[in-house]
Amino acid sequence: MTFNAAALLLLIAGLALIGWLAGRARSNLLAGRAGTKLHSRPQYHGWYVALWLFAPAALFLAVWASVSPALITNQVLTSEAAQSLPAYGFERGAVLSDARNVALGNQAKVRMPAAAPLVKPYADAAHKYAWIGIAAMLALALAGGLYAFTRIKPDFRARTRVEKIVMLVLLLASLVAILTTFGIVLSLLFESIRFFRLVSPAELLFGTEWAPTSGAPQPDTFGGIPLFWGTILIGAIIAMIVAIPIGMMTAVYLTQYAAPVVRKWVKPILEILAGVPTVVYGYFAALTVAPALREFAVMLGIPNASTESALAAGIVMGVMIIPFVSSMADDSINAVPQAMRDGSLALGATPNETIRQVLIPAALPGVMGGILLAVSRAIGETMIVVMAAGLSANMTANPFASVTTVTAQIVKLLTGDQEFDSAKTLAAFALGLVLFIVTLLLNIVALRIVKKYREAYE
Amino acid sequence: MTQDDLTITDPKMKAHGVNVFYGEKQAINDVSIDVGTDLVTAFIGPSGCGKSTFLRSLNRMNDTVASARVTGQIELDGEDIYAPSMDVVQLRARVGMVFQKPNPFPKSIYDNVGYGPRIHGLAPNKADLDVIVERALVRAGLWDEVKDRLQESGTALSGGQQQRLCIARAIAVDPEVILMDEPCSALDPIATAKIEELIHELRGKYAIVIVTHNMQQAARVSQRTAFFHLGTLVEYGKTTDIFTNPKQERTKDYITGRYG
Repeated sequence: MTFNAAALLLLIAGLALIGWLAGRARSNLLAGRAGTKLHSRPQYHGWYVALWLFAPAALFLAVWASVSPALITNQVLTSEAAQSLPAYGFERGAVLSDARNVALGNQAKVRMPAAAPLVKPYADAAHKYAWIGIAAMLALALAGGLYAFTRIKPDFRARTRVEKIVMLVLLLASLVAILTTFGIVLSLLFESIRFFRLVSPAELLFGTEWAPTSGAPQPDTFGGIPLFWGTILIGAIIAMIVAIPIGMMTAVYLTQYAAPVVRKWVKPILEILAGVPTVVYGYFAALTVAPALREFAVMLGIPNASTESALAAGIVMGVMIIPFVSSMADDSINAVPQAMRDGSLALGATPNETIRQVLIPAALPGVMGGILLAVSRAIGETMIVVMAAGLSANMTANPFASVTTVTAQIVKLLTGDQEFDSAKTLAAFALGLVLFIVTLLLNIVALRIVKKYREAYE
Repeated sequence: MTQDDLTITDPKMKAHGVNVFYGEKQAINDVSIDVGTDLVTAFIGPSGCGKSTFLRSLNRMNDTVASARVTGQIELDGEDIYAPSMDVVQLRARVGMVFQKPNPFPKSIYDNVGYGPRIHGLAPNKADLDVIVERALVRAGLWDEVKDRLQESGTALSGGQQQRLCIARAIAVDPEVILMDEPCSALDPIATAKIEELIHELRGKYAIVIVTHNMQQAARVSQRTAFFHLGTLVEYGKTTDIFTNPKQERTKDYITGRYG
């Protein structure tokens, strides 16, 4: 007998179904008596019983499934056979896990002789805790079910309760994402604090030398400015020089000139483009755009042109952002009231003059918000820069040279075998924190602008 | 309809046998009307009678509606405005329009009024534009209220001021005809009174056509009144005749408030 959580879940689901039927039947019975009127319809009584039966038991199941392996191991360790185990570490863990696999039937026989005497204690312990778990779970389910069942009365407000529980479930669902984000921020924060014990925040934020793996003779340096500059050069300058004009022109064409049929086709296609995995853009940047740009730079006689250029990454990132900018601009231009357009046309302005002098200025706040969101996406973008921008931390305004970005460095610092307590690894978390704060601020500002602007026309 | 007692000798605009369609639906059915040069002409009628639609076909604003189609003849100074040779941009510079809801651009008061003259190249330099803007604002009766804050946003003005700004904006390009589509429907009575006063003052300088729901307003500001019903022109005549001695039963019913 082993503890199979999935099967048990199915079991209590089955019990809940019975509970549902029983609850409904009982309330039907009550309703059948002369002169009684149910507050809630029978299904709600059924749901009430089912939920009381299912929820506590399922919750217990979840807790038990995560706690019981530790309990089992503890018991095995107190057994006689465990006294001969290797004292520490890796080997001990391997022996234990070997014994566990045999005991639970995952493998036919032990691979390590030392594990053989542990199989039986393991099986016994597993058996014992499985029974305890199942018994407790069933008891909880039955207690819950019975409690709910006895509360069924004609005037019992089952519907109100069930709806409250449903609301609670929905609330929990919406909290998952928020709490996860919160957890991520906390973990970033703790690791960053560890980093800042080793390296001062001022060095990271204002230092101009980035050499985290310089090796023994030289001390490592963690000056973030070259990375921040690289990030800005690629994400906020080059990518935006590409994305803003093209995105705007796309939006103007789609909102003002395109026939409905064209719009019907082009707009969804643009939206699909926004869903292309960034790694695909990365290939394109590294294999097609970068070499072409390098040849072009050499032709122009530009010194130190690299195959990993800021320009290649920036241009491709800009292309990736185009749908984003165009869709935000499209929304903003559409939000400008038709009356504004009519007013301009009625003065004898051409459609072109109307767009340039009335529609775009009126839509500008919304467009700005969209651009800020796009920047925040661009500076957080990783795959393209890892593949196309390179890893050398140069402070250069030459777009043909290789630069690196915050995200590319995070990837570099965390890939491969790393100790998780060196300044080098912890630096990745600090960089992540900086990136997180900057994009968060950008998003807040952008969303405020967009919201304020929407209110202005509603 | 009767035109016996009409004494329009020098019509600014002539419409003959005009039909307007939105897709399959016919909104205007065979309307013929002359708009006098020195007169204020009012279009009245119940909601959905087509008076605004007809107004918008006088400066081809219906062109902006993809499904709209106009047949028949509309002339401005004897020139067919739907002829292929007619430049719609120039037409709208000559036939200005003021809308139901004030729609100033989100620009400064100065730039709102200067917008038209700029795009039409009416002012070669800043000094000329200053003169044009001031004259338009004076004519629209707004100058005294805004002369010290010309650089403030036009959208910051009150509703009535915004509407006079829109009239100033239309005047600034020196049109020959001004079409007003229920210009007071979004305004309070005091602002309405000011606009009506303004229409009195503008009469004679521009041919004015005003669409209104408000029959008292039509009686107060206009010399000619056209009554529209279900897309047709029921009666057109001197305003005094329409209101005191309508020839058509439907006009009489509408004027006396039996429907509408």
